[in-house]
Amino acid sequence: MSTGRKFADAGRFLISGSGTVYLVLIAIFAVIFVNNAGFFEAGNLLLFVKKAAPLLILAVGQYFVIVAGEFDLSVGSLVGAQVVLAALLIDGEEARTWPVILLMLAIGAGVGLVNGLITTLLKVPSIITTLGMMLVLFGAIRLLTGGAPTGKLSDGFRVLGNKGIIIESVGVVPWALFIVIAVGVGAVFLMRSSFGRTLVAVGDNEKAAGFAGTRVWWVRTAAFVLSGLSATVAGILVGGYAGLTSQVGDGMEFVAITAVVLGGVVLGGGRGAVLAAMAGALTVESLFTLFTQLEVSSTLRPTAQGLIIIAAVAYASRERSRRHTPHLSTKPAEPNGHHPDRVLKESR
Amino acid sequence: MTAAVREASKASGPPPGTRRSGPRFHIGTTALVYGALVAILAVGAVLVAADGKNLFSTGNIVDMLTRSSLLGFIAIGQTMVILCRSLDLSVGYVMAACSLIAALVMNGSEANVPLGIAAALGAAAAVGLVNGLVITKLKVNAFIATLGTGLILKGWLDTEFAGPAGKVATSFQQFGYTRISLVPLSTVVMLLLAVAGVLYLRKTRAGHHIYAVGGDTDVARLSGIRTDRTVITAHILCAVAAGVAGLLIAARFGTGSALVYDYGLDLESIAAVVLGGTYLMGGRGGIAGTVAGVMILAVLDTVFNILEVNPFYKDVLRGAIIVVAVAIYARRQLSARPSRIRFAAGGAS
Repeated sequence: MSTGRKFADAGRFLISGSGTVYLVLIAIFAVIFVNNAGFFEAGNLLLFVKKAAPLLILAVGQYFVIVAGEFDLSVGSLVGAQVVLAALLIDGEEARTWPVILLMLAIGAGVGLVNGLITTLLKVPSIITTLGMMLVLFGAIRLLTGGAPTGKLSDGFRVLGNKGIIIESVGVVPWALFIVIAVGVGAVFLMRSSFGRTLVAVGDNEKAAGFAGTRVWWVRTAAFVLSGLSATVAGILVGGYAGLTSQVGDGMEFVAITAVVLGGVVLGGGRGAVLAAMAGALTVESLFTLFTQLEVSSTLRPTAQGLIIIAAVAYASRERSRRHTPHLSTKPAEPNGHHPDRVLKESR
Repeated sequence: MTAAVREASKASGPPPGTRRSGPRFHIGTTALVYGALVAILAVGAVLVAADGKNLFSTGNIVDMLTRSSLLGFIAIGQTMVILCRSLDLSVGYVMAACSLIAALVMNGSEANVPLGIAAALGAAAAVGLVNGLVITKLKVNAFIATLGTGLILKGWLDTEFAGPAGKVATSFQQFGYTRISLVPLSTVVMLLLAVAGVLYLRKTRAGHHIYAVGGDTDVARLSGIRTDRTVITAHILCAVAAGVAGLLIAARFGTGSALVYDYGLDLESIAAVVLGGTYLMGGRGGIAGTVAGVMILAVLDTVFNILEVNPFYKDVLRGAIIVVAVAIYARRQLSARPSRIRFAAGGAS
């Protein structure tokens, strides 16, 4: 493939539905750079990563659920519940750190399993299932602590979200960065495995996937379990980064869904890439950073946020419909190695 | 909205709104919902009686009905959009904005009452129009579109109104406090709006279009329905209903308040609609069921309050009840399926 073709391909990808997010991300970083070049010093960037890490991980979990055609509204309160529970159980004792983290992972997987089974086996729409779970978790955790969070997170617990290892010439590289990279690489491999393909297929056309031999209920349930696990990891990072407050996790489910959708993942399932979802999360976080730099009054931020989501999603869906009309009359699908989802979608 | 949903609605037979299957289904589910309401009232009454109190005392009945009116307005509107397979997450913000607009325009003067009401409902309709246009013309998913407009409104509200603002006319406060024997005026208005909504959905062409679009947008379009216009209309009606809720807030508080968007009525209204037996993926259900769904939530709240249940325990119970109820409806819909598919096959031969 000639260099020119490659550039043209890259260009087409960037203005395509799921490439939009990278353009937006580059644009926001460009504005940040013009405003304050100091942001791009290693130290500041690493600080930014530490702050953005929980949302990135939450976006990965939400991606699995959304691409399979469902929603998970319970992640915000799950993050909050996990942090409060961890503080209650650890209560400042170092020795309890790891057992509690294991327990948290088990709880996260359990919550995901319950969400998944209620949604798939009892046929309750996932919005309602996870809304119910959100209420249950919210109430349960406050019931347990009597309203105000009690206990204390151990220093060992907070290391993951707050500290890093010192690397020569770069400075302190936060653990959160390694965790994000690990989760990201894991997610990409998972989406390329047969499980990932099945997940997308289920989201695209549940019936066809069922006829092809997929156990639809199990694949969707697994997506919810992954979401619960990622909310747990996000909770560990948030707890480390921000410490214990009663508002931990508030409203995070909507930010995570926004991030995933901003990444070009289509609500309703079957379309979108996990890396783009992570880029969406990074975009949301960099947007917040930009607002801080531009000294946008904090009360006006939601307005800007709302306008940007609508604009980005409208642009992506316009590109999608424009790109697809010609294919109806011409040859079915171009071989397109670098973008598996597209092939899947077009061969429908 | 999704491939899965399309499949689901195809599998469940002819789109409702067609005379044959539609009304029969409504009656079934709606009856079930009212049955659940009666059951919950009975259980609640027994529990309250065991505590040595009376659930049906004047105070408690008024409390239940008062609670139901605010959520009722929003849930009636939400039913309209959910029926055409859309969703509105901006209702809480519309409600807050309308309470402020009404209070500011009235500014305590009796002469401005009609103007205040008109301004508030007009603004609400404008937001609904924007929601509808963004969803249909820009093809933004309803979840994101209404979340977005909600955020835009939130930014405006937070920036302009730090505290309560404006003052409604004294006569307008009657809307919030008057009672006709046991029934608060606001509940009467809510029920009238519900009746109007039921008639609109069942008796008018536009109402049937809402069911058709929710059942299957493509089939509706091929049948000559202007689907975009239907969705936009539903969103305008939903926003106006939220605007009426805002008027009620203004009447009760005597002033406009931005903070009421924090009540969580957006998700709660969706829960009430689904609790009322309306199918979240559109095309099936109705406002009569929604009113029962709202009443169920109101009764639960009142019973919990009388029994002095820990408020956090209330959340747990409420979440569990919503999920269980919807699971039961889903079961019914599943068992209703085979007979209808067989019927369709028989009709084709």
